Amino acid sequence: MKTNAGQMTVETSLQINAKPQTRKLPSASTIAFVILVLTAPLFASHYWLMAIITPVMILSLAGIGLNIKTGYAGMVSVGAGAFMAVGAYGMFNFAAHGGITNFPLALLLGGISAAIAGYLFGLPSSRIKGFYVMVTTLAAQFFVEWLFTKNAYFYNYGSVPTITLPPMTLFDLDINGNNTIRYYVVVIIVLLMTLAAKNIIHSHVGRNWMAIRDMNTAAGVIGIDSARYKRLAFTIGSFYLGIAGALWAFLFLGTASTLSFDINRSFQVLFIIIIGGLSSIRGNFIGAAFILLLPILIDYMVKATLGSALNPGFLSNMNKVIFGSLIIILLIKEPEGFDKMLRNLTGYIKRRKS
Amino acid sequence: MTAGASSKDILLAVSHVSLSFGGAKAINSFSFEVERRSICSLIGPNGAGKSSMLNILNGVYVPQEGLITYNGTTFERMEPLKVAAMGVARMFQNNALFGKMTVLENVMAGLSRKAKTTVIEHALGLPRARQESASFELKSDQAIDFLDLNPYRDLVVEALPYGIQKRVGLARALVSDPEMILMDEPMAGMNKEEKQEMSGFILDINKKLGITIILIEHDISVVMSLSDRVVVLDYGRKLADGRPEDVAKNPEVISAYLGTVH
Repeated sequence: MKTNAGQMTVETSLQINAKPQTRKLPSASTIAFVILVLTAPLFASHYWLMAIITPVMILSLAGIGLNIKTGYAGMVSVGAGAFMAVGAYGMFNFAAHGGITNFPLALLLGGISAAIAGYLFGLPSSRIKGFYVMVTTLAAQFFVEWLFTKNAYFYNYGSVPTITLPPMTLFDLDINGNNTIRYYVVVIIVLLMTLAAKNIIHSHVGRNWMAIRDMNTAAGVIGIDSARYKRLAFTIGSFYLGIAGALWAFLFLGTASTLSFDINRSFQVLFIIIIGGLSSIRGNFIGAAFILLLPILIDYMVKATLGSALNPGFLSNMNKVIFGSLIIILLIKEPEGFDKMLRNLTGYIKRRKS
Repeated sequence: MTAGASSKDILLAVSHVSLSFGGAKAINSFSFEVERRSICSLIGPNGAGKSSMLNILNGVYVPQEGLITYNGTTFERMEPLKVAAMGVARMFQNNALFGKMTVLENVMAGLSRKAKTTVIEHALGLPRARQESASFELKSDQAIDFLDLNPYRDLVVEALPYGIQKRVGLARALVSDPEMILMDEPMAGMNKEEKQEMSGFILDINKKLGITIILIEHDISVVMSLSDRVVVLDYGRKLADGRPEDVAKNPEVISAYLGTVH
C-alpha cells in the first residue's frame, strides 16, 4: 500500500495531491511549448521538423485518442492502429473514389470513418467489461488489417497494397510539395484538437468518463448512462486516432499500407500513454517524444562510444534491449508515468518556495 | 412546516417486496412507508437486508415480488437512471466515490445528469457549454460550502480521510437537488465528534432543505435522536415499525436486535 504514508495526516495529503486547476489559464510550460513548435521552422533543420517534431505531434494526437478510451473511460484498447488505419484509408478512399481533393474535408471524412468504426467496435463495451473489451479491440485490429489488405478496392486496385493521396487542395497553399506548409498543417491540427480534447475532458462528458472508470455502479445510481458514455468514448477516441492515422500516412510517411498500422503501432501508442501518464493530456506529448527520441538518443550514444567496433545488426538489437530496460525501470519507479513525476516535481518546488 | 400528522403525505411506499439471491431470501415480503420531508431509519443486525433494500430502491437489485410506489407512481422494478432522474440520490456504505477525481469533480459529477449541452459544444468551447459548466461549478461550490468541504475542494478524494470522504459522498448526493436521499451508514467508522457533525448536516438537510431521508445506521442513539420513524428488519422480515420511542419499547425488538441489557 504505497499511498498509505500520504493518508496519515491531512497536511501531507493536502500537499501531495494538490492538483492545480489548469482550466483558467494555460501554464507557462504549455505556452512555451506552443511557441516552440510554432516557431520551429525559423531555426530547426528539415530533419528536426519532418522526422522528429512531425511524428511526435501526430503520435501525441493518437495518444490523446487512446487516452480518452483507456485513461479517462477506463477501457483498455490494443486496437489503436486499427482506427488509425481506418482514418488513413477512409481519407484515401474519399479522395480516390469520391474525388474529394479538399484536404480538410477529406481528413474530416477520414476521422468520421474512424469514429463510426470506433462506435461499432465499442458497442459490445456496454455489455462486457475489462479484459473482454480489450479482446474486441484486438479483433478490430486484425479485422481492419485483413479488410484493407485483401480488398483491392480500398487501395484503389494498385499493383501493391499501399495508399498515396492524389494531389490535394488546401485554400491556395501547396499542401502537396511544400514541407513547411505540411509541418504547419500537422502542428495546427494537433494543437487545436488538443485544445478541444482538454475542453471535453473538463466538461461533464470527461467527468462522466472518469466516474464510470472509477466506480461504475455509483455512476449509474447518480444518473450517468454508462453504456452511452462508453460508446461516446470509443467514438471520440477513434475520431482522434483516425485523424492521427491520416496525418501519419500522408503528411509524415507519404505512402502507407496496413503495415504502417499493425499491432506494433497499437502497442506503440499504448506505451506512449502508459509512459506519459494515463488520463493526462500533456503526458501524451511527453510519452510520444520519449518513445520516438529515446531510440535515436541510444543509437547516437552507442555509436559515439563504441562506434565502429559493433556491427549494425547488433547495434539495433542492443538499442531495443536498452530501450526496453529503461521503460521497465521507469514504470517501476513511477507507474503513473512522466505526468505524475512532473506533478510531484512542481509540487515539491512549490513547497520549497512557500 | 405545520403539515401535522392528520393528513399523511407518503413519498415512498414499499409493498410486499421480496428479494432472493439464488435460494437465499434476503428480503421477505417487506413493506414500509416514508412520509415526505421525514427521516425514516432502517435498523437491524448485519445481513438483515437493509442495504439490499436501498439497492432495490435504486434499481441496482430487482426484487422477485412486490411493488414500489414513488410520488404516486407504482413500479414493479426500478431502473438506476430513472430513479436518479426522479430525484432520488444515494450515499453509499463504502462511499463509492470516484477515487482519482477531485472533491469538486466528484460533486460536479452529481450534476452530470442535468447537462443539456453536447460534447461538440464543449469541444469547441461554445458559450452555452461554458455557461453550463460555470453554473455546475457554482452549484457544486454551494454544496461544498454547505458541508464545510472548502479546504478539500481541489484535492483528489482517494487520499482524503474517511470522514471527509463521507461528506463528499453526501455533497455529491445533495448537489442535484434531490427529493430524497438514501443514506447507507453515513456515520460508520466515525468518532463521536464526527458523528455529531454528520448528524447536524443530516438534520440541516432534512429541516432546512426539506429533503426526505432514508437512513441506515447502527448507532442507536443517533437513530433515536434523528428519526421520525424507525423500521426494524431482522432476517429480511419487518420486526417493528413506528416512532422511535415506541420501537425502543417493543420487547421483540429488544430481544432480537438490541439484545439483553447487561
